Amino acid sequence: MAPSGQRRSSYSKRAQYNLFTGYIVAGAGALIGAVLLGISFFQPDIFDGPRGAAQDAASPATETVAVARTGSKSLWDSISGYYRAGSKNAELKREMELARIRLAEAEALRRENVRLKGLLDLQDEERKPVAVARLVGSTASSTRRFAYLGAGSEDGVEVGMPVRSARGVVGRILETGTTSSRVLLLTDSESVLPVIRAGDETVAFAEGRGDSFLRIKLINLGINPLAVGDMFVTSGAGGYYPPGIAVAIVTELTDDGALARIVSDPAATDFVSVEPIFEPEAVVGSQTPIEEELGD
Amino acid sequence: MERIEPRARSDAYGSRINRSHSPLLANIIPWGSILIGSLLPIFPIASALPIVPPLGFLMLLAWRLVRPGLLPVWAGFPLGLFDDLYSGQPFGFAILTWSVTLLVIEAVEMRWPWRAFWQDWFTAGILAGSYLCAGWLLSGATPTLPSLVAIVPQLVFTVLIYPLVAVFVSRLDELRLRRWRRV
Repeated sequence: MAPSGQRRSSYSKRAQYNLFTGYIVAGAGALIGAVLLGISFFQPDIFDGPRGAAQDAASPATETVAVARTGSKSLWDSISGYYRAGSKNAELKREMELARIRLAEAEALRRENVRLKGLLDLQDEERKPVAVARLVGSTASSTRRFAYLGAGSEDGVEVGMPVRSARGVVGRILETGTTSSRVLLLTDSESVLPVIRAGDETVAFAEGRGDSFLRIKLINLGINPLAVGDMFVTSGAGGYYPPGIAVAIVTELTDDGALARIVSDPAATDFVSVEPIFEPEAVVGSQTPIEEELGD
Repeated sequence: MERIEPRARSDAYGSRINRSHSPLLANIIPWGSILIGSLLPIFPIASALPIVPPLGFLMLLAWRLVRPGLLPVWAGFPLGLFDDLYSGQPFGFAILTWSVTLLVIEAVEMRWPWRAFWQDWFTAGILAGSYLCAGWLLSGATPTLPSLVAIVPQLVFTVLIYPLVAVFVSRLDELRLRRWRRV
């Protein structure tokens, strides 16, 4: 389209001043933006308030869309379930039989566990979820991987609490609004999670890479003991996550560990639960500088 | 008397008799559509990669390039402020980049006042590409190579979707200047 000619300076002083002020304001806006960006690099949580309020304001729309999304997904699942139903059914029956056997074994193990813990006088307190809510949205156009959750400080959600689905860990709470909160997903490149290999005690860290993979970094370097298909679960170190929740499955080996895919894809889950921080004292301890003494 | 052609008194924005533009729509549609564009990417759940193009930024580019002179040059500040609330980038990122983008387009327009659509597309593609790369660099996380590779599909999608956004904006522009019945 042809330029509108507003830029051409006229003899009108007012037009000239308006134009000039526009440029000044735009330049000042860019400068303010740069300053705010600098501040949010050094104090990332300083803008939590406005962002939480904005998220709360959008939550009627996001909640509605989340309900529609999970509804349409289950419809699609039931349609696609008819595709090759016979062979799938036979396969599922076989898996089901195996799973029943494993379940019986697990039950035996659980009883043995209860008995041994009784001998040791260990008490297992029941861990109730703080809130159960839908993941209502995510930052789909940003490089960072955050999700928005439909429960906030009103429901007792606090910063740092682990978020899990029925399948495994989803992430942890980063910011809370009144009725919504922001979740740092495992795939974000700032997310680090202490894990162990299910079955033995190979200790590692699972770091997000920002491209849908988790990087499993082994703590003990040497011969890489991992194999494709290994399952990693939370170790409970660090105090945020309770031990034994599924995290990732190894898909590719690297020099110092492996690349893994997450077990619980947030896009495929409808409801997630927010759990209390596993060991709050350990979290406080890990955040206290070494120079300071930990009082009791 | 012979009836004249009924559409003789109308133009692209509707008939002229007893009809006038709505100042409310004319002012609200550009700003409102950019705000909605900023809001839309939060609805899908993208857990693996950034997949949705930055729709707010694309709407801003399209309004600026399809309808030059409509958005003031300082519009990047308020619109970027709103985008920052929802985008997931560190606060201030959109304020900075959107303001700079509008200033850059202003400079481009001074140099090439008459442009064809493909030149606009080229400008928008370059600007959107640099916007996404700046987003990777200034995301608040350490920029790594895998996360740079991860924005490539989004980048391609963003460049390819710009013509659609531009057509959509020109339709919105027709709606903006539509004449409504006065009485």
